[in-house]
Amino acid sequence: MSIAWNTFTPGSALAGGLLIGLASGLYALGNGRVAGIAGIVASPLRALLSGARMAPEVTRVLFIVGLLLAPWVWRLFAPLPPATVDVGPVGLVAAGLFVGVGVRMGNGCTSGHGVCGLSRFSLRSLVNVLAFMGAGFATVFVLRHAI
Amino acid sequence: MRKLFAVTSGLIFGLGLIAGGMTDPVKVKAFLDLFGGWDPSLALVMGGAIAVGVFAFALAKRRTRSWTGELMEIPSSTVIDWRLIVGGVLFGIGWGIGGFCPGPALVALASGMGSAWIFVAAMVAGMLVHDRLLTPR
Repeated sequence: MSIAWNTFTPGSALAGGLLIGLASGLYALGNGRVAGIAGIVASPLRALLSGARMAPEVTRVLFIVGLLLAPWVWRLFAPLPPATVDVGPVGLVAAGLFVGVGVRMGNGCTSGHGVCGLSRFSLRSLVNVLAFMGAGFATVFVLRHAI
Repeated sequence: MRKLFAVTSGLIFGLGLIAGGMTDPVKVKAFLDLFGGWDPSLALVMGGAIAVGVFAFALAKRRTRSWTGELMEIPSSTVIDWRLIVGGVLFGIGWGIGGFCPGPALVALASGMGSAWIFVAAMVAGMLVHDRLLTPR
């Protein structure tokens, strides 16, 4: 293992993390909910498709609206940091399907189980985090170093 | 008021994802690449978020209603089953392939990144496939 010091960005990473923690805390205390993006996306989607009432979903939809506004608000003050993808469309579709099925089956993702779950000292969330972290490390290892 | 809290939370969350580098899939994969040049930045994103989250959720635990009067809906499940683990593994595989997890993918989509649109469309399809076919009833 070697650390890529040239791309290591501890300051902005920590600042970003603090903002994410602040936002999760605000959503928990202000709205009484867990800022888990997988659930926040899936729940209104399911209500929409099943014809259920949308009123209970308003809070979640508004959280997503805020999330989608973020790059636009950022751009008012600074250019967005560069973002690059190193897989083609087929890889993206495969990635999306795995993530979509996985976060629903495991009932959470990096935010719900990762940030919020670990902040609550939930053993259930820790198990899920270890599973997705382990699988993430293994997948990148296989794709980059084994084949 | 509760609507304002929800939008503001989402906005700050998204700004945090951008600041932390989570919206750059190549950076995410550099964190997941333990055996290449490892970029530990994302561990600090997670650590910073949890450092604040611990206090917020400790306060939230003691409340029955939120600041805006909504009933608290903080998960209470402690079930550890195969769905939790297999779900995590599947998510991790997808995260490793693309470098996108759900939140950053939505932010990247809103910023106009074409590949994020493809990823999110497939992710939503995956969610629907799960809810239609793989949910135990």
